[in-house]
Order: sequence, then structure tokens, then C-alpha cells
Amino acid sequence: MVEKKPMNHFLSSTCEWLRGSGPESDIVLSSRIRLARNLTGYPFTEKLGGDEQQHVVEEVETAFGSTPLLKESYFFEYKDLKDLDRQFLLERHLISREHASEKGEKAVLVTKNEVISIMILEEDHLRSQVFQSGLNLVEAWRLMDQVDSALETKIPYSFDSHLGYLTACPTNLGTGLRASCMLHLPGLVMTKQVNKVLQALSKLNLAARGFFGEGTQASGNFFQFSNQLTLGQNENEIVDGLERVMRQVIEHEKESRNYLLDKRRGKLEDQIWRSIGTLKSARLMSSQEALGLLSMTRLGVDLGFIGNLSKMNLNALFLFTQPAHLQKLSGTDLDTSERDQKRAELLRTRLKDVELV
Amino acid sequence: MVCNVCGQNEATIHLTEILNNQMVEVHLCESCAEQKGADFKSHFDFNKLLASLGDFGAELKAEHVSELVCKSCGLTYEEFGRTGRLGCSHCYRAFEKLLLPLIKRVQRGVQHIGKVPVGTSGDVKQTLELRELQDRLKKSIETETFEEAAHIRDRIQELKQKLKKGSKKQK
Repeated sequence: MVEKKPMNHFLSSTCEWLRGSGPESDIVLSSRIRLARNLTGYPFTEKLGGDEQQHVVEEVETAFGSTPLLKESYFFEYKDLKDLDRQFLLERHLISREHASEKGEKAVLVTKNEVISIMILEEDHLRSQVFQSGLNLVEAWRLMDQVDSALETKIPYSFDSHLGYLTACPTNLGTGLRASCMLHLPGLVMTKQVNKVLQALSKLNLAARGFFGEGTQASGNFFQFSNQLTLGQNENEIVDGLERVMRQVIEHEKESRNYLLDKRRGKLEDQIWRSIGTLKSARLMSSQEALGLLSMTRLGVDLGFIGNLSKMNLNALFLFTQPAHLQKLSGTDLDTSERDQKRAELLRTRLKDVELV
Repeated sequence: MVCNVCGQNEATIHLTEILNNQMVEVHLCESCAEQKGADFKSHFDFNKLLASLGDFGAELKAEHVSELVCKSCGLTYEEFGRTGRLGCSHCYRAFEKLLLPLIKRVQRGVQHIGKVPVGTSGDVKQTLELRELQDRLKKSIETETFEEAAHIRDRIQELKQKLKKGSKKQK
């Protein structure tokens, strides 16, 4: 199962959630399903002793090994990973911030195509995720369900007939399912409609977050929406419910883009071309600035202003301009100002075929 | 533009955050932004939010529940109030009286509907199926899809009969 240089494999491939394909991929980057599960017979992660942690990791790893759906995977134990490698996996959304930073025995399984990742000893013993490009929650849930069912025959989960799957935090109880979609909403932000959308969503018990999940700011006009309730509704209802609402948000974003094209075309074109101009010429670039400018470039590609730039190549830049990715690409550790220089260089090189007309 | 935090230095970093489901723009100088980056999480600390839901502190004092302990893992209720995390599956029983009202507030109900583990016994499975059907019945009445409601009602009757027979056999 383990290969020599898995990080290099990832570095040369695009992760599933940035492939830029799938339904509604103009607006929806990715769909994700996450399940929280705990093994019976052990306390939850926070109360596990050192030996017990090791047992859980071993038990789960054995179960992975005999699950055909997880055959083509990498298995990382954190004690073997450098901080930079963890940051790298975090930037690819394969592990959570919390999992990357906490001490103790921890491990993660990632399939080679980066569609499935399973964190071991996060807040719950298992946090499994399935990613799909575009708006495709139904397919993500179908696959997640299969993996979950295959695993539970080998490692029985804590379950209660009233409360469902038992989790460390009562906010994940029941199905343990969190469905989420990452949307690019520059139109709603530029027409100042996004707050209305956020407020309406909160009334529907949906949560909004930034590009890097829990505890991050909304940057580059990216928003992540997910269900807040996990108990009292079955999995299909949760998935269908979120997908239905996402379709409405997509419609509103399309309307805003049309409005901008119709009524404020001059200003819109100016903003897009200025962004590309800066990306193609800057000598120093922070990741925050890059995210904002790439967001405008993406809008330019979506609206057909920019021809010779594929969505997949553009999406890759969102990832490669992140700190750990830049350092992996350079093959050396870089401090903030060195990174800003490398980032600008990378962007100029990768965007050199985009002509300013 | 000056920094929103220190009010002194020139703001060079402009962030957009989601706070209480509102998008807010924050303008920061470099040194404040650095600090902010480090403690971003505290802004959105869900555990604190959970623990403060429904005035938990008052409940704690009123019922002297801070001494409640889960015998299985040793977690105190007071600890849970602080971290928002339980220690083991037995905590749900140990703190049931206090947890159920909290779960009611943060979830859609206190009855699981949905997937059950493969090895679950037939009776438990049927009870859960019954619960799901009753939920669907309620919804189809709300949406006035009466034909579907009639089908669901028949299926509920069938299941109830089965469960009754099962429990008689056990006796």
C-alpha cells in the first residue's frame, strides 16, 4: 500500500475537488460528504491512552487493508510526517486543521485519486470524507455509504437506537453526516447580495464558512456551505436538502453575473483585466492577494473573456500558491517574503500564455 | 486607512470574514494581522458557543451538576461544559438528563432517523424504520401529498403488527 514518494505523486496531480469538472462547475468547485464514527469498546479520542491510540490506529489500518474500495491508497502515520507535509495535506483539504496540529498518534488514509480521505483519531475515531468535483453530493454520498458499510463489518461502530451513531460532540450525533459544497460567488459579492443569501441560509440551518473550512475567513469570494443538523433527518434528506438550496444559490449567482454583464460591463471587464495584469507582472504576491486576483481571473474564464486558460490549470494555481505547496514545488523551506517572491514568479510563468488584449 | 485593531498603523491587509452569518470586512496592519492569523479560531469557537447555548452556566449552578461524573471514562459534566466534547459513548447515559434538552436545542430532534449498522437486530431495525415512516407521514401531510400519506400509513400499520407479534413471541 505504501509507495516511496506519495507527496510527489500528489504534487504532480490535481486533487478531485479542483478538477473543474462535474455539474455546475462554473460556480460549484466541489461537493463533500463527511462521516463521523467511533469504534465500540474504546473511549472517544480525547480520553484514549497512548496504548489505546496505537490499538485503534492498528485496528483501523487492518480494516482498510481488506477493503477493496480503499485498495489504491496511501496511509500516513503522523509520527513519520514533517510539519510541512501535514500543512501540504491540509492545503489539499485531505486533513483538518485540528488533525494537523494536535499531538498524539494520528494517521490518515488517502486514495491516490484523492476522492476519499479517512482521518484516524480526529475529534472522533474516524472522520471519513468523499470529494466530488462540481455539484455532486448524491454521488459523494453513494460512495461514502459504500465505504462506511464495508468498514463497519470489520470495525463495529458506537451506535444507539435512539441517538444513532454516537460522536464526541453532540452536534454530530445521529447520522454523523456533514454535507458541504464550495461555491465561487463573485457575482453575489460584487452586487452586495451575498449577505442576504447568508442570512437566508442560516434560517435553513445551513452554515457558511471560508475556503479552508471551519474557522477561516471567506476569501477570494469562496464560500463553503454545509448542513448544521445531523440528527432527526436521514442521510438522503440531508443531501437532497443541501443540493436543493445550492441550486437556488447558483441561480442567484447566475442572475448577478448577468446583471453585471448587462449593467456594469465596463467596470467588470476592468476589474478582471486588472487582476490578470497584476498576476502577470507582480514581483511579490501574498497568498491572500493571489486568492482574490485568481478569483477574478476565474470569473473572467467563466464569462468567456479569457480563452486560452483551462479551468483545471487555473484551479491548480489556487493550490500551488499556498505556502506548503510553494515550498514543496521549490524543494526547499521558504520564509514569508521568499514565498511572496516565488509565488509571483510561479504565477507569471503559469499565466504567460494568457494574452492581455 | 488605519488598522481596525490597533487604530494606529496603516491597514495593508483587508479580510472578509463571516461572523454570525454576516460578511464583515476587516482592515488590519501587518502586525495585527499576524496575531489575528494565530487566533482566528477563537472567533468561531464552536465549543464555547455550544457550551453557552441556553445559559448552561445557570443550569450548572442550579442543579449542582458540576459533580456529575461518567463512571466509565471519568469525564465530569463541568468538563463537558467547558470543552463541548464527551469522553465516551457511556457519557450519553451518564449525563442523559442534561444532554437531551441540549441535543433538542442544537438538533432537529432526539430520535435518529437513517442508516443503521449492518449487524443491528431485526426488531431495532423495524423500530427505526417505523420512526422514519412516521416522520415521512408527517411531512407528506404537511405538503398535502395525501396519496403518498395513505401508502405510508398502511406500511406503518403493517410494521406495528409485526413488532407486536415479535414482542408477544418474546414473552
